[in-house]
Amino acid sequence: MSRLSRREFVAAGIAAGTGLVVGFYLPRAGRSTKEVFSPNAYLRITPDNKITIVVARSEMGQGVRTALPMILAEELEADWKQIEIEQAGASTLYGDQTTGGSASVKTTWDPMRKAGAAAREMLISAAALRWGVPRSSCAAVEGSILHGASKRRLSYGALVGKAATLPIPTDAPLKQSKDYKIVGQRLARVDTPSKVKGEAVFGIDFRMPGMKYAVLSRCPTIGGKLVKFDDAESKKIAGVIYVGKISDAAVAVVADSVWGAMEGRRLLNVSWEEGPNKDLNTPAVMESLKQAAPKKGVSLYSVGDVSKVTGRRVAAEYRLPFMAHAPMETGNCTAHYQATACELWAPTQVPQDCRDAAAQAVGLDPDQVKVNVTMMGGGFGRRLEHDYAVEAALVSKATRVPVKVIWTREDDMRFSTYRPASLHQLNAVLDGAGWPVAFTHRIAAPSISGQKGQPVPGGVDPDLPDEAAFVYGLENVSIESVIAETAVPLGWMRSVYALQAGFASESFIDELAAAAGKDPLEYRLHMLAKDRDIQFFTTTWHTARMRGVLQLAADKAGWRKALPAGRFRGIACFGCFSSYMAEVAEISMENDVPRVHRVVAAVDCGQVVNPSIMEQQIQGGIVYALSNALRAKITIEKGRVVQGNFDDYPPLRMDETPVVEVYAVPSTEPPTGIGEPSVPPLAPALCNAIFAATKKRIRELPILS
Amino acid sequence: MADFTLQVNGNEKKVSVPPETPLLWVLRDTLELTGTKFGCGAGFCGACTVHVAGAAIRSCSTPVSQVAGKGVTTIEGLGAKSLHVLQQAWIAEEVPQCGYCQTGQIMTAAALLAKTPNPSDEQITQAMNGNLCRCGTYERIRKAIHRAAGVGGAR
Repeated sequence: MSRLSRREFVAAGIAAGTGLVVGFYLPRAGRSTKEVFSPNAYLRITPDNKITIVVARSEMGQGVRTALPMILAEELEADWKQIEIEQAGASTLYGDQTTGGSASVKTTWDPMRKAGAAAREMLISAAALRWGVPRSSCAAVEGSILHGASKRRLSYGALVGKAATLPIPTDAPLKQSKDYKIVGQRLARVDTPSKVKGEAVFGIDFRMPGMKYAVLSRCPTIGGKLVKFDDAESKKIAGVIYVGKISDAAVAVVADSVWGAMEGRRLLNVSWEEGPNKDLNTPAVMESLKQAAPKKGVSLYSVGDVSKVTGRRVAAEYRLPFMAHAPMETGNCTAHYQATACELWAPTQVPQDCRDAAAQAVGLDPDQVKVNVTMMGGGFGRRLEHDYAVEAALVSKATRVPVKVIWTREDDMRFSTYRPASLHQLNAVLDGAGWPVAFTHRIAAPSISGQKGQPVPGGVDPDLPDEAAFVYGLENVSIESVIAETAVPLGWMRSVYALQAGFASESFIDELAAAAGKDPLEYRLHMLAKDRDIQFFTTTWHTARMRGVLQLAADKAGWRKALPAGRFRGIACFGCFSSYMAEVAEISMENDVPRVHRVVAAVDCGQVVNPSIMEQQIQGGIVYALSNALRAKITIEKGRVVQGNFDDYPPLRMDETPVVEVYAVPSTEPPTGIGEPSVPPLAPALCNAIFAATKKRIRELPILS
Repeated sequence: MADFTLQVNGNEKKVSVPPETPLLWVLRDTLELTGTKFGCGAGFCGACTVHVAGAAIRSCSTPVSQVAGKGVTTIEGLGAKSLHVLQQAWIAEEVPQCGYCQTGQIMTAAALLAKTPNPSDEQITQAMNGNLCRCGTYERIRKAIHRAAGVGGAR
């Protein structure tokens, strides 16, 4: 199966306008019999009143195992207590199962609602037939069909046999938001109890009889290769059963314990050919971006003619480093290869990609590879790669036993795929009153998809349409992208290019406000004052909705009220993944180091499915973004990643964590992204606050480099 | 290889492993107690926190030879009979996102409450600062500890 990139996939789904799940309504997807009513691949109801809802996205902490079933259960008129959740592995029944782009709720909203509604209508019909009464006299209520006139009631379980014989409607009516009983509620996450008891099975916890453990020795230089290895010392470690070359640049050490494998690797004598990047370093990468920036770019967005505008000119350049996702659970995957089949237990955001890549690696057809999706200790985009799955399949094939490949923290830090470094050139022209009449932003960065050999249609990295919108109604705007290649492995990291674009753009807007001597909030509101629709690729942005979040954040933060002495504020807003976000950061400066006390965040993400999960995502996104802004920096020296663990790549800890207040604009619009949109505004809001405190403008991240 | 008798969650366990093996891997691989997590292998993140003789320690950096004969409590033992008040508070405050670090967070918090039944914000920060969470649940962790303390968290 050829797989669209996740971005193409999202774009294709939006274009089709019908949700994304190809084959969702294939009748054969359901297995309706007298014992089970399964009108589609996402739902099974059995006579014991058990309702099983299948989640075909991966749970990495963002709450999909709760939120997606809530959508279906709402239309089904189910009793939430009846619901059991089943995690789908890689399948052909669910379309693209990639979990990314903050898209899970957005793209399953329609299919899940339709699936629930169709089942509900069939259950109503089944009861009406059973009772010999008109359908219109029956209603679905909390897992039963009621006949009001006769006060009769039949549970869904009792109707399974009859419902399974009925045709599946294609036009079942959908509920109005005012009638929602489940969607919009703070329902407890289904995965919480197992996680606090230590019972949740993450990928690293999966175990099966006869399973061995592998760690890999990988070439430390990007693009280098294995020359030779001597395993004599490794094999002296008790329990080491295998040492062997697994790829051009990796040797696997397999043992009957993780510790044995780690010790075996420590004693492995291995030599590498450093390859073409042995002199690569971070300054050279940044210089290549600088050289690329003036080259002809591709226009992402253009209105008016920025070249014909005259007035006061302001220019600035912004830079961002490579960053690592560093999820708490390091890379791992278990594989069991058996000649004509291979089964994987993978903590992955891309089960189908794991299936296809592992199949290719071990010489099987994709349908000979079964991928089970485990719970994940964070993803943040790192698990959009299939590398762990391929390694596990290869090692299991080499040893002919079930094998769990485990990455150490150092492996994760040094052999990851990194958020692209980028360089941003911004220019504006201000009129006599200081308002911007022209705005240009050139984004020079490598293409993640391009590096992976995926399509880059029209020279536009397929991520940028979701992540580089400019939601201000100016008359003359030009947003351009210049792709500058790099050898450093690239990956999609939470909010992807929106972090870079948002930091540069929203810091620069603050510069313009300062140059004009105007309040940064008023400056933005002025640029958003007129209601405008701004078309950016397939998304239509509305200045009114951005104005709404900006005003809400400012009001809740008390923007117009004076702060205590020593406290300062900064504001920023950004739109990405079809959601609108504004944040106000309140800081003090302690020995030139910013201390963030409070962040007030306002979001417009359409209908909120579960407010508690939405708040978790925004609180967490802001903490993640603050880590990024303050310290996250991966540096390359002599072709190698320098950082190795949480001492030299230190995430935020409790002592630096601000209070985060979250407010959502009430909305009945279809839901949009929530996992990533809180990330981009944080760094500019913080740096704008630092400017308010110090009059120093920070144009390069991380702040504490 | 060496033989050790461990006291884990009130049960006597005999294991035969190299003496330098970190307690973490003995718990996870040998005793199949996978609630204790591997995060960094160097004591920076706290995902592997367990109690040894009542004190919160990093099992990734503690050789098994050092804990022989001492009482070890893991997350599986903390709430073995019924949910520990901290686990209840974690559920009430909806703390976990990915949840991977949370067992270590709870073990650290349990050791804090055992000594300091009503910790201040500052005491919570001091005790919890060694435990990383990449999902950014710190403020909910703080609330959950206060909630547990409010209902007699030391238990």
